Amino acid sequence: MSLPSIINTLASFLNTDIQTAVPIMLAATGMIFSEKAGLVNIGIEGVMILGAFTGVAASFFLGSAWLGLLIVIIIGGLLGLLFVFLVETARSDQVVVGMAFNLLGLGLTTIFNRAIFGLNTAPPKIDSFHPWHIPVLADIPYVGVAFFQHSSLTYLAFAVIPVVSFIVFKTNIGLKLRAVGEHPRAADTVGIKVVKVRYIAGMVSCMFGAVGGAYLSMSQLNFFTENMTAGRGFIALAAVIFGKYSPLGVMGAALLFGAGNAASYIIQATDSHIPGNLVLMIPYVLTIAALAGLVGKSVGPAASGKPYIKE
Amino acid sequence: MKLSNVLIPLVAIIIALVIGAFIIIAMGLNPVLAYGSLLKGAFGSVYGITSTLSKATPLIFTGLSFALAKKSGLLNIGAEGQIYLGGLCSVLVGVYIQGVPMIIHIPLAIFAGFVGGGLWGLLAGWLKVQFGSSEIITTVMLNYTAMFLVAYMVNGPIMDGTLPQSKMLLPSATFPNMIQGTQLHLGFALSIFVAIICYFFLWHTRKGYEARVVGLNPEAATYAGINRKQITYLVMFLAGGLGGLAGTSEILGIQHRLYQSFSPGYGYDGIAVALLGLNNPFGTILAAILFGALRAGGDMMQMVAKVPLALINVIQALVIIFVAAEYLFRRFSRANLRRIKRQEGAVKHESA
Repeated sequence: MSLPSIINTLASFLNTDIQTAVPIMLAATGMIFSEKAGLVNIGIEGVMILGAFTGVAASFFLGSAWLGLLIVIIIGGLLGLLFVFLVETARSDQVVVGMAFNLLGLGLTTIFNRAIFGLNTAPPKIDSFHPWHIPVLADIPYVGVAFFQHSSLTYLAFAVIPVVSFIVFKTNIGLKLRAVGEHPRAADTVGIKVVKVRYIAGMVSCMFGAVGGAYLSMSQLNFFTENMTAGRGFIALAAVIFGKYSPLGVMGAALLFGAGNAASYIIQATDSHIPGNLVLMIPYVLTIAALAGLVGKSVGPAASGKPYIKE
Repeated sequence: MKLSNVLIPLVAIIIALVIGAFIIIAMGLNPVLAYGSLLKGAFGSVYGITSTLSKATPLIFTGLSFALAKKSGLLNIGAEGQIYLGGLCSVLVGVYIQGVPMIIHIPLAIFAGFVGGGLWGLLAGWLKVQFGSSEIITTVMLNYTAMFLVAYMVNGPIMDGTLPQSKMLLPSATFPNMIQGTQLHLGFALSIFVAIICYFFLWHTRKGYEARVVGLNPEAATYAGINRKQITYLVMFLAGGLGGLAGTSEILGIQHRLYQSFSPGYGYDGIAVALLGLNNPFGTILAAILFGALRAGGDMMQMVAKVPLALINVIQALVIIFVAAEYLFRRFSRANLRRIKRQEGAVKHESA
């Protein structure tokens, strides 16, 4: 292979990597809020698929991708509200409710998709987030293809990272969030409204998750297919842990996992002898290694997974 | 057993079905026809009943897997991965060990599936004991690892020619049917037998007693000299083994060879089954039969009433949510108010 063609492959590889990483990154960034507040939501997969469908349906009826995204965020918030209501107010098991969310997401989106758009018909034309060539930068050879020809939603997803990082680590809100996740009783003693903080964290987290799902159906593609999230909610959970609950770490993890995915596409396309399935396994093995401390230990909040019961 | 324990799952099922009916109406379809055909498909004929029971079989195993771990305070979300490992190990034995009679071959394949799933579960137990890693997360990660491992195996080392599947099981390693011309295979009998063993283990053996004590109150268990690490290892191995048996019975009884995604989420459904069955082995059987009936009848419902099978997912999700939110049911029933206050006191003592 000549040098230009290698660089060319690399550029399109990076482009694919970023597109694969963004939905995972969005959902994982949101999960930083909920995880830090002590909520374990393995139902993000279900939230993502609901986001993916809502985006397409809302954009179809309202005629605008941005309005569609607004509806996605609202639906995400409502799902978060329901999740926290069930696990805090109704004191249900977080894992069980999360599982129910996944089933609910898969079931509802399939039903509504068939009811609204019909079975075996061509996907409806919707307004989606098209690749946006940033003037000048997009024309730089190779670098332009890799980094500056993405949809506006992609740039937005990356722009959010430093903002979340600032909120979580440098503001009072972030401090409250961590206090609630680490030691809710102590947080309560100093006047932090534990349950309220968890409600907000859970809602924000599901908003991000829903947008992550919508990215799949409105930016990567421009239609919805049944079960299109295909386990990305669980990869996002892995990214949060592997990224050690920090936005920058999550971004790195998502890009790494995305690279694995992008590599497995290339491997499958080129009919190489490297087994793609083993490459796809890497994110999960890495996350287990991180949990065991083999690649720098990842430690979750102390009060994770339990409802807060006031004295 | 208290009446409210039985009442809550029943109420949850009824409410979920009613909401399901509204969804069917909203789709412009006929809920009476839908539920009628569901019932007919699940229980209306010998074929229906046997297909209900055969669809319940993997759920009994995965439900027991979750319930057993839950009884000792562990959350095994890993049955889905354990299914794949169990299926893989059973296939290796069932395809590559040749020239043994059925009476040896089948037990050997079952044993392989149990041990394969068990070791996969034990891995999560080891990570918990050794590194303090939450089994909730590690088991989820191990699920995907197992799925891709099986995908790799059937696309590589044990591939059948050019198709992404393993070779066919030898006849000597295939479950015989319990009733000719139906799907009901030996796996169902095995699942009932295993449920009885689980009950016996939990309530009539020393280790089972210790496991339950750890689940009820870990601190008290340590104080009483129970070796919690040992219990974690044992329970995760057994729970993993039960998950593995779901894979074994599905492969030996239904599929007869290994495919890359042969489980449509039996591991996750098992969580709901255990929850609905109140983490009791016999409750788990009943709940699994209910979910099996929804699956078996769902096909008929889709065919006759044109209601998508996905409605079953929604009904299951609603049942889980309503059962899980039992605290609300109790809180809103005034008559129970006083008793709840006492219970909360007890809970606080436990968590303190």
